[in-house]
Amino acid sequence: MKDKIRIASGQGFWGDLLTAPVDQVTKGPVDYMMMDYLAEVTMSIMQKQKLKDPKLGYAKDLVELFEKILPICVEKNIKVITNGGGVNPLACSEAILEVARRLGISKLKIGIVLGDDILDNIDELMKQGIELKNMESGESLKSIRAKLQSANVYFGAFPVVEALTKGAQIVITGRTTDTGLTLAPMIYEFGWKESDWDKLAAGTVAGHILECGGQASGGNFSADWRSVPDIAHIGFPIAEAYPDGEIVITKHDNTGGLVSQQTVKEQLLYEIGNPKEYITPDCVADFTTIQLEDAGKNRVKVFGVKGRPATEYCKVSMSYLDGYTAIGTLTYSWPDALEKAQKADEVLRTRLSDLHLEFEEVRSEFMGYNSCHGPLVPKMNELNEVVLRVGVRSQDYKAVERFGKELAPLILTGPPAVTGFAGGRPKPSEVISYWPALIPKKAVKPEVVIKEV
Amino acid sequence: MKIRLDKICHARSGDKGDTGNVGLIALKKEYYPIIEKHVTAQRVQKHFEGIVLGNVERFELPNLWALNFLLHNALGGGGTKSLKNDAQGKTLSAALLRMEIEVEEKEVKL
Repeated sequence: MKDKIRIASGQGFWGDLLTAPVDQVTKGPVDYMMMDYLAEVTMSIMQKQKLKDPKLGYAKDLVELFEKILPICVEKNIKVITNGGGVNPLACSEAILEVARRLGISKLKIGIVLGDDILDNIDELMKQGIELKNMESGESLKSIRAKLQSANVYFGAFPVVEALTKGAQIVITGRTTDTGLTLAPMIYEFGWKESDWDKLAAGTVAGHILECGGQASGGNFSADWRSVPDIAHIGFPIAEAYPDGEIVITKHDNTGGLVSQQTVKEQLLYEIGNPKEYITPDCVADFTTIQLEDAGKNRVKVFGVKGRPATEYCKVSMSYLDGYTAIGTLTYSWPDALEKAQKADEVLRTRLSDLHLEFEEVRSEFMGYNSCHGPLVPKMNELNEVVLRVGVRSQDYKAVERFGKELAPLILTGPPAVTGFAGGRPKPSEVISYWPALIPKKAVKPEVVIKEV
Repeated sequence: MKIRLDKICHARSGDKGDTGNVGLIALKKEYYPIIEKHVTAQRVQKHFEGIVLGNVERFELPNLWALNFLLHNALGGGGTKSLKNDAQGKTLSAALLRMEIEVEEKEVKL
């Protein structure tokens, strides 16, 4: 057994800094790299792409990325684990195998985790009495069944562990939890058991710290943000894991950014609910037990984490079509910028009302004045410029489309000193709403497939 | 005396559906008891009047000198449904740091 492993964070979301994963495998020693690509609505976007082309539905960035990093990972024996397989992990693995062939790499094993996509089994599951009620509102799935776009079970670390055990160097998954991607190599390397709750919780905490990439190493840092060195070349976080569950969060030496107790704390508090119950398919981690300690420059020790047994359920992430939105902007300049923007908003609303269009909501914000903090902002007398930002939402596509045609006329038929209409008419875009539910673990079956070149 | 939270705290916020979360962290250990005492769920609810349409829940993490607030029904529907510029509540952290609390002078040494 290794006495420690270093797990690098390569991507924190689909659209993250493209140089980060390359830096992680070239600028210092790492054993594993995890890359998180999936946010709540990402699966439904990928589902749409797959419907148009059955070879799509995964994070396409991965193909170009693997062209750069695959030879390095093979040479240095770095294992890569990612949920960028999205709704089509098989097609994703085929694309990466193709890269390997092109680069003349052989004996490469890719592990693919399947079984999280239950869209085709929904009716069967409902027949079995699994209701998939909305876990927030309690509503029945029947109300939106016809509009359902995607349905994916959150898997934990253990299917990834199975892929590693079968010799995979690259593991591609669909909806595996962000934290599971980091926890899996610790379970695999250190032989942790499914009932080692404290250790699983420690690895889960490490996963939470890594899952948003640079957000743990100086990015979006609210304390003394000016103090972060060379943020242009920010080094993404690395978790140095030990067999007893102790973790050191760090980054490569020759990179920018900052790893401190403060940067780690901010990420620990990011998007959590009740800190005593951080629930994953692997365990329930208690964030009120986490201890932090300085362990050298850009090194923070994370220890003392307590965990409790996992629940009998997995979360299911579902999405459905829920109408249309369009958002448009116009810029008003000094003098009286805010007053002009407010008048323009009033004129626009009068015209929309004259047209008798049905909207669920029409929202106006004044960027430069109140779009972030709304009623909390103090009154301003003299703004240099204000961007009027108006959004509408409706189940009626035509109403939303018509709104897009009412904005531009304000330039010649509204208050003066207005500009900023280079983008053209706002186009309607589909609203994809999120439907979280629970499913008994017994009703889902992860499947691990190994492919080799 | 009045003290604005950005003088003694840092913060990060994010979203889960239509719920925003704000992690409020004391800059120094000795500031934690102050925020624990003064930054109650009720005070935060009042501060966010007109933004948070549901209730505010508070959780304590003394180990991290931090409080976690859940702001329900705060993101205009959340996800791709929300028409807000800040649909994911990324700036709710800064909005909480604008809040002022009334403390005894002896309670806090800046």
